[in-house]
Amino acid sequence: MSNTLMELRNVDKFFGSTKALRDVSMAVQPGKILCLLGDNGAGKSTLIKVLSGYHQPTRGKIWFEGQETRFSGPREARQRGIATVHQNVGSIPLMSVGRNFFLGAEPVRGRWPFHSIDTQKANAIAVEQMQKFGLTRVTDGDQLVGTMSGGERQVLAIGRAMYFGAKMLILDEPTSALGVKEASIVLKMMRIARRNGAGIVFITHNARHAMSVGDDFCVLIQGEVAARFKRDEKSREDVLNLMAGGEDMTELEDDLEQID
Amino acid sequence: MTHLLRRPETGAFAAFLLTYLFFALATPGTGFVSLNGTAGWLNLAAELGIVAIPVGLLMISGEFDLSIGSTVGAASMILALGTNQFGAPTWPMIGLALLAGAVIGLANGLAVVKTKLPSFIVTLATNFIVIGATMGLSRLIANVTSSSIFASDSAKLAFASRLGQANISILWWALVAYIGYRVLAKSSFGNWIYATGGNEDAARAAGVPVERVKIMLFVATGVCAALVGILQGIQWNSGNATYGMGYVFQAPIVVVIGGVLLTGGYGSVVGIVFGTALFGVISSGIFYTGWNTDWIQLFLGLLLAVAVLANNYVRRLALTAR
Ligand SMILES: Nc1ncnc2c1ncn2[C@@H]1O[C@H](COP(=O)(O)OP(=O)(O)OP(=O)(O)O)[C@@H](O)[C@H]1O
Ligand SMILES: [Mg+2]
Repeated sequence: MSNTLMELRNVDKFFGSTKALRDVSMAVQPGKILCLLGDNGAGKSTLIKVLSGYHQPTRGKIWFEGQETRFSGPREARQRGIATVHQNVGSIPLMSVGRNFFLGAEPVRGRWPFHSIDTQKANAIAVEQMQKFGLTRVTDGDQLVGTMSGGERQVLAIGRAMYFGAKMLILDEPTSALGVKEASIVLKMMRIARRNGAGIVFITHNARHAMSVGDDFCVLIQGEVAARFKRDEKSREDVLNLMAGGEDMTELEDDLEQID
Repeated sequence: MTHLLRRPETGAFAAFLLTYLFFALATPGTGFVSLNGTAGWLNLAAELGIVAIPVGLLMISGEFDLSIGSTVGAASMILALGTNQFGAPTWPMIGLALLAGAVIGLANGLAVVKTKLPSFIVTLATNFIVIGATMGLSRLIANVTSSSIFASDSAKLAFASRLGQANISILWWALVAYIGYRVLAKSSFGNWIYATGGNEDAARAAGVPVERVKIMLFVATGVCAALVGILQGIQWNSGNATYGMGYVFQAPIVVVIGGVLLTGGYGSVVGIVFGTALFGVISSGIFYTGWNTDWIQLFLGLLLAVAVLANNYVRRLALTAR
């Protein structure tokens, strides 16, 4: 327990009358992948926005590295080593790969007021970090991110988080829109980050992706933690059923097959 | 070649060159291309250029400022009332006028960031509030809405010198443009400006203080507008609450002609400078042709329409794979 990276204790998050999170407690361990499962609208994105300092909890406590913490915003969370790749947002299409990669932490050379962003360095590192994971198509750091595929953008975002030495990596559905090859690159990146000792929160709707990398699992249903278990404690069917909010998915799948 | 086409300033540069050549060829022997003629269009561009730079950066960050016009007038009136009615020394009053510009900008920035209302409407309101307040207070204090300025010699040197026909405003424009260029293209803050306008949520999530970026740009815009008020006031030896009203729309127009996307996230200072220079060339060139100056508006309107379409095209070009 002593080396828990981040812990939520009885956290609520309300948006007006919408109770997005209710009495959520969970712990993120270094060197472990925590899979956050749940149906659409279950509160997963809200939960990671609380973890990443984007939202303040309405009630409850956050502990980070053994201290009770209240992040003033995403910037503070990031400075303390929490890197987040949000669902759908993350890159600026009309900016270059290099400038996106270093956004908020630009390398500069020269002295104020005559300093300037070291574009060459930024571009070189960004391209190198993406190629490291097998993305060989991106070779020019000046390329605009808007011209890259969804998978390439996701790799850029995760590579960036890992490069800045995140202690904690939060990924909101990083594989959901990706093809097989790019999804496997992302899963590989997560394994590498885990080996480097980062604590990872991984949100997905894909049970196979979850089962292939997850160490701990936490299921949210309507803003509440409905179940938590460790790897190998449950079968893939059980997990599927839990993800569907408790309904029997195998039956549903059988129904579907009958339609065909 | 396509690389060049994708740059935000290419269109403005081409338009500037074509327009310049057009007037140069259409007005042979009138002195349009002479040193004095050049000083003429640079003079016309300079003061607009000083406000267009920060307005352009603000638009790249995704916000508008329509309050610049009244800030110009307010700054000139502060200088006029101070040096004339109260006999105050010039330089402290210049400082006060710049401070007033900063305060107006700060108010705009805070209002936009806190209320999350469109800056278009917030700063339109500010524009009327400031000009109304300037007129009302001037009447209360001195029963005037315009008044003479008595500037010290050193202030006249800094803000009203001339070299031949060329106005010192041109130097101020160059200085503001240089600072704007350094900030936007070279500094981290510039990266944040692009990110804020390109995808505000993503920028915030990456740790960019988007609110601070916007507020600082509003303040810079207010200060630059006040600088223009000081320049005009000292050059014309008078302050007037209505100075600068022309800039309210001229500034965003030259910014868009300069290649800045109306939706934010894309543009360059070099482009804005050429957009402003184009304005100067048209406004001055018309005189040399001897045509009625009414045509200036038509020209600008057409250019604006073409620029908006061209910018959209450049943006799409930039986003197609290489
Ligand atoms: N900023 C907000 N204001 C109001 N309601 C919100 C806000 N953000 C989320 N909600 C609500 O909170 C609930 C949980 O949303 P959330 O985005 O966390 O779900 P999710 O589990 O990430 O779903 P998905 O799988 O579709 O991404 C939803 O009912 C949503 O409408
Ligand atoms: Mg979500």
